Amino acid sequence: MSDSRLAPGRATKWIILLAVVAIFLVPIVSMLLFTLRSGEGGYGLGHWLGLGDPANAGKYRPIWTGLGNSLALAVVTVAIVLVLLAPTMILVTLRFPRLRRPFEFLCLLPISIPAIVLVVGLTPIYLTIGRSVGTGVWTLAFAYGVTVLPYAYRAIQSSIDAVDVKTLAEAARSLGAGWLTVLVRVLAPNLRGGLLAASLISIAVVLGEFTIASLLNRQNLQTALFLVSRQDPYVAVALALLALLFAFLLLLVIGRFGAGAKALAGKKNPTN
Amino acid sequence: MTVATAESATAGAELPARPRRRPSLAVAGLLPFTAYVAIFLGLPTVLAVASGLFTDDGAFTADNFAALGDPVILQGFWNSGWLSFVTAAVGAIVGALVCYAMLGFRHDGRVRSLIDAASGVLAQFGGVMLAFAFIATLGLQGLVTLFLRDAFGIDLYADGAWIYELPGLVLPYIYFQVPLMVITFLPAMTGLKPQWAEANLTLGGTRRSFWFRIGFPVLAPSFFASFLLLFANAFSSYATAAALSSQGSPIIPLQIRTALTSETVLGRENLAGALAFGMILVMAVVMGLYALVQRRAARWQS
Amino acid sequence: MRDRRLAAAFAVATSVTLLLGACSSGSGGDSSDASGVDAATATNLDAFGSMSDLEKAATAEGQLNVIALPRDWANYGAVIDAFTAKYPDITVNEASPDASSAEEIQAAETNAGLDTAPDVFDLGLTVALQNTDKFAPYQVSTWDDIPENLKEETGLYVGDYGGYMSVGYDSSKFDAPKTFDDLLEPAYKGAVALNGDPTQAGAAFAAVALATVQNGGTLDDFTPGVDYFSKLNDAGNLLKVDPTSATVASGETPIVFDWDYLNAAHNADNPEWKVAIFPGTGIAGYYNQAINADAPHPAAARLWEEFLYSDDAQNLWLAGGARPARAEAMEAAGTIDEKLFSALPEAPTDSLVPSEEQTTAAGELLGRDWAGAVD
Repeated sequence: MSDSRLAPGRATKWIILLAVVAIFLVPIVSMLLFTLRSGEGGYGLGHWLGLGDPANAGKYRPIWTGLGNSLALAVVTVAIVLVLLAPTMILVTLRFPRLRRPFEFLCLLPISIPAIVLVVGLTPIYLTIGRSVGTGVWTLAFAYGVTVLPYAYRAIQSSIDAVDVKTLAEAARSLGAGWLTVLVRVLAPNLRGGLLAASLISIAVVLGEFTIASLLNRQNLQTALFLVSRQDPYVAVALALLALLFAFLLLLVIGRFGAGAKALAGKKNPTN
Repeated sequence: MTVATAESATAGAELPARPRRRPSLAVAGLLPFTAYVAIFLGLPTVLAVASGLFTDDGAFTADNFAALGDPVILQGFWNSGWLSFVTAAVGAIVGALVCYAMLGFRHDGRVRSLIDAASGVLAQFGGVMLAFAFIATLGLQGLVTLFLRDAFGIDLYADGAWIYELPGLVLPYIYFQVPLMVITFLPAMTGLKPQWAEANLTLGGTRRSFWFRIGFPVLAPSFFASFLLLFANAFSSYATAAALSSQGSPIIPLQIRTALTSETVLGRENLAGALAFGMILVMAVVMGLYALVQRRAARWQS
Repeated sequence: MRDRRLAAAFAVATSVTLLLGACSSGSGGDSSDASGVDAATATNLDAFGSMSDLEKAATAEGQLNVIALPRDWANYGAVIDAFTAKYPDITVNEASPDASSAEEIQAAETNAGLDTAPDVFDLGLTVALQNTDKFAPYQVSTWDDIPENLKEETGLYVGDYGGYMSVGYDSSKFDAPKTFDDLLEPAYKGAVALNGDPTQAGAAFAAVALATVQNGGTLDDFTPGVDYFSKLNDAGNLLKVDPTSATVASGETPIVFDWDYLNAAHNADNPEWKVAIFPGTGIAGYYNQAINADAPHPAAARLWEEFLYSDDAQNLWLAGGARPARAEAMEAAGTIDEKLFSALPEAPTDSLVPSEEQTTAAGELLGRDWAGAVD
């Protein structure tokens, strides 16, 4: 399973990687240096220590609520992507190839419309939902599922294009597998790269989403951060960095989990 | 090619065995997704765009759509268009390079996981915080600006604070475009089969010929599709621009925001619907171009 | 077998989620409480009986939804904390601190009838005038202390705090600018920022209004103001970034046109930050309180209003650099915080507030000309 003939040489890959990473780290470092400013132009940990001060704990309470809400929303959104979007995409690939272009346009539509306009249209729908199912934050996930559609679609489609889904499906069917088995035990492991990427980007989108939650008056991580950050500019930047770190670690853990499971699957069924 | 023969073989074998009911079952399989998208995407879009056809009091009017011809708005579309194009192009190329570099690392290794996670996070890093990160870096009192001035005597802003005008928006936009490209293009890049590289070598080709004859043509459809996604992403972003280039609403999403939420110029909410329709129209045109390009690119694959 | 288990697990998960949703907060509660007072139609304290009756009714509701109250705006953070400290059983839900006045009204429409709708609004005058049909009239117990020109006669909307358009500046980098012409000097290159775009934000709109009246124009025609900023832009002195406490703290925006109380708040981030009001004609602006006619927590909303117009809250706003609506009455009664009151920047000799017609005309003019002027 070596990609060594495709892959760039050792020097090339490290040069590209380190150059890009270095450039991308500069703004983060600037933010960090800003939070480390103290008093007369010197540097110190004052602002960070203030974050941990128990006297301020009450001020940061909204963040915990927001974080919990965002995590719940992330779970439901990923469920929508994996359970609703992915099987439909596979269905379109297998049975309705001519629908592919319109489907692509449909999936690209949410990103063409800024969230503030989408909310104008979502308002009556959420009013109805609010009156029937309640104003719980989790109902936002339906809107989020639509928001992540373009990204998740692209990630999964890249995988589908790379894997010969038709043959795999037909082979499994001819061996007597039911459709659920075909989906879950044959196609999903092969599409794992795209499915994982779609899940990761969905989680990232949900954790970073602000506009829709704010306009529909719900509390999520970003609205909570925004609320708290209005007290102090240094705290605002420090919290933003912490939120980035949290999201990074979360995605890392999920990514490793996905990669680890893939490695196991790779060892069991040598399909390539 | 192998795919075609497999298709015809299975098609031939399947026809007699396929029961009558399958087509309608398959259509039923499309229903949940269609219903979901109809309620949460179709309906809001129609409602939002249709609001452009009415005045505040509910009377039907074509004024809002006629206003799309206003020079300020046309300039806004143009600005949005070229900003999105440039940032999508740079983002796509740099992102593709990073994906290429990723090929050199084990797909379940640490470097890949780190880059995957970092790309996921940074692709969604936008708005006021991203704007501030750039102000802190490249602003008039930014880290890099001061460093260049003190160490090399280069004054970035001798001709004016271009970072707070439209050209200055390119840099923060690229900051989230590149990670987005990495996230969406990497699955395609990793789909390149090493067998093709080996076959290329066996047939006497070089690395270069592999990329030009096999690699690029195979990746082209995914590349352009990701480019399109990046374009659309930049086209509808406004939070970063609102913070960095707060005077003058140079791009369309900012004009939509002004129409919907202004405290001083009231009564223009319906214009936002017309502007949104304009945005969808632009996206449709771009998708049409993309479909043309894809048809071309698909020729290489067969 | 495995498939069936998967399907079963999925079905269970879905039903649990739906159950959770059903159990979560339902739609807006009813407006009358145990004692039979209909809080939603109460127009003053007498409808409840006494202050403690109002407090009981509000505590029974247990929540208050506020919107667009940034914690660093006129010291609102302290006001909210003081309310929570006084009534610990009422949870204050703060939504969208960055919402504009128009967005507050939209939030009320978006959440009409739900328990997430805002209970009270803090609006600019223009938006308040246009949406009086959404408000419930209420006259607080200190009604008579509020000047006539700051309130609507039945209490649909009432001025709460206000200020004058001012220039905030970093005194370690610049001396106090004294006139608009000062700012055109080359020393101010890339230094002057407006708090927002005048076609979007009320503070920036007032800055252009100030430029108009101080450059020989009248509020009927904002052209002199637009021309001034066009000149400022051509001189390279206009900075187009949006000033925030972070940009002030980092030194990126050393001069900011903003309401005096908002500029005063930056002193916390930069001890050298000072506020100057240009002498001559000034522009004043008051924000206005209004109660949502469909408020999900009408008693709590009215208690909040009573609290805001009490001496404590008015002095807290004063601490934030704003001029509270009851300032004159409190000064006469001696309940105002003298030190803070005298620390306010000197008011201009003459001050104007744009009328509704002037605002509409100016809005059209800015919509047409502003983008081109600062290009």
